[in-house]
Amino acid sequence: MINEIEKYFPDMEVINSDIEEKIHSALDKANFEKYTKEDVIKALNKETLDIDDFCALLSNPAKDLIEEIAKRAKKERERYFGKNVYFFTPLYISNYCENQCVYCGFNCKNNIKRAKLGFDEIEKELIEIKKSGLEEILILTGESRTKSDVQYIGQSIQLAKKYFKNIGIEIYPLNTDEYNYLHKMGADYVTVFQETYDKTTYEKKHLKGHKRIYPYRLNSQERAILGGIRGVAFGALLGLFDYKKDTLATACHMYYLQKKYPHAEISVSIPRLRPTVIDNSINPNEVKELELLQIMCAYRIFMPFINMTISTRERADFRNNAVQIAATKISAGVSTGIGEHTKKEKDGDNQFEIADSRSVDEIYKTLENLGMQPIMNDYIYVG
Amino acid sequence: MRDVLKIGKYEFNSRFILGSGKYNTKLIKSAIEDAEAEIITMSLRRINTDCDNILDYIPENIKILPNTSGARNSDEALRIALLARELSGADMIKIEVIKDSKYLLPDNYETTLAVEKLANEGFIALPYMYPDLNFARDMKNAGAQAIMPLASPIGTNKGLSTKEFIKILIEEIDLPIIVDAGIGKPHQAAEAMELGVDAIMANTAIATSGDINLMAKAFKHAIIAGRLAYLAKMGEVKDTAQASSPLTGFLE
Repeated sequence: MINEIEKYFPDMEVINSDIEEKIHSALDKANFEKYTKEDVIKALNKETLDIDDFCALLSNPAKDLIEEIAKRAKKERERYFGKNVYFFTPLYISNYCENQCVYCGFNCKNNIKRAKLGFDEIEKELIEIKKSGLEEILILTGESRTKSDVQYIGQSIQLAKKYFKNIGIEIYPLNTDEYNYLHKMGADYVTVFQETYDKTTYEKKHLKGHKRIYPYRLNSQERAILGGIRGVAFGALLGLFDYKKDTLATACHMYYLQKKYPHAEISVSIPRLRPTVIDNSINPNEVKELELLQIMCAYRIFMPFINMTISTRERADFRNNAVQIAATKISAGVSTGIGEHTKKEKDGDNQFEIADSRSVDEIYKTLENLGMQPIMNDYIYVG
Repeated sequence: MRDVLKIGKYEFNSRFILGSGKYNTKLIKSAIEDAEAEIITMSLRRINTDCDNILDYIPENIKILPNTSGARNSDEALRIALLARELSGADMIKIEVIKDSKYLLPDNYETTLAVEKLANEGFIALPYMYPDLNFARDMKNAGAQAIMPLASPIGTNKGLSTKEFIKILIEEIDLPIIVDAGIGKPHQAAEAMELGVDAIMANTAIATSGDINLMAKAFKHAIIAGRLAYLAKMGEVKDTAQASSPLTGFLE
């Protein structure tokens, strides 16, 4: 019997993919209890780590070795990225949503102020953001195919291309031809968070909407690559389920997809769940800063070449340090509300609270003083 | 006698090509001085910016060698090269065509196609390649003005893993051979130069050292030492002592 969360809607494209199966087979085999300190040390001494070594780095005994783990991570980061730190900011253009995700501020059942920016308003926001010196932008919407349709997003990308050199999108999952259309409009990076890879939890947390269909979401990155998108980003929302398993699943998702499409650029985010208005049952404290850094370092050592974003959900000092050890991308001058860059009174409410509200300039100068090299653009659109 | 490095119509006194992409831009000028480099490479992607452009930190007398990183095929390499010419006036381009985001190994086939396309557009094309004799020949025939084989996977600092194959290129390809990628320590640079390589390109080794200026200087001396040794024709290394009564001593 097919589970409800696996029943595709008629408008959802089915691709032939073995990625989901590979992720779940790795998850089935995982046992984080079996690792000892010696396993962690052995993993750290290996040049190339396998999935088993990655699990060792995530295990509890590894927490006592966080200093050694951080040292190795920093070495790998320097080897691939030197002192470079890449800057970007998200631009929320609509917060209408048809999904009912129990942990999210945009949940369609939430009584929040909804808004969708018109093209003239988007342009004003773009001009305002551009003043900060940023050249990379991530366009975000709530997940509503009707309120923020693909054409609307495509035209927004075209507008953004007038002012920005690098455009990413974090929107609802699309079919291959739609990704191809947005790629032609000028977007080259696609972010889709799976939130959790545990199907039971997924079903409980995503009650309604397209997002309820687990495999369609999971195959988003692959459809994006098939649609001509250069880079894809992944993330599990830590705190929904066992964070070690969700981290392992995310790593496998990236690992197997990169193996299948070696040219694809891979990127990861590590969002921790923050308190929202409706769901108090979740304990967001499960992943503390120690575990967060441990996860970041484990990703960096396992897949040293990937980009890693450090969220504004984290405090300034943590972010300053994380970009020196494991992360490569930092958002700056962030607002998660709709229309907040140009208006005192925002049109639409925020998706989540942020902990680092520093401006681009402030972060730029701080990182420069720490010996890092802030970079506004390291990308070119070649079609 | 002057010992110059000739690439296309250009002549250089230095055989050290400095990378620029992994350290603070404010250190570039002094690193160039300490390296006594005359060529600096950078990715076109990095100069595609309106903010704190790396080009602003490069002294005027230094030759800029943009690379086409980000290109996954020859058409993209050409597009990037044309934009590089527009943005920096560069006519010499390091061709980088990479379809592998993990190991960043160059794709020799697409690189060969790119050499032809860039040469037809009037560029001095310097292909970054995996040291393969047949491809190096094809690249030369397609119009390459130098060949840039990798010593080891980029950023690994592992030195001359591909030594035997680079020796074949030195022997067979009548173009400057510039070892690019993988050189991690000055003695590895010296070793490559002793073999007869024409120049060395280094980035990560310097960027990830504790002191960029000091390491730039160390590489400069190593490259000069290796070159001088090559020119002096080093004495042969013998595994065994010479027999005092050689086998053919009976000959009259």
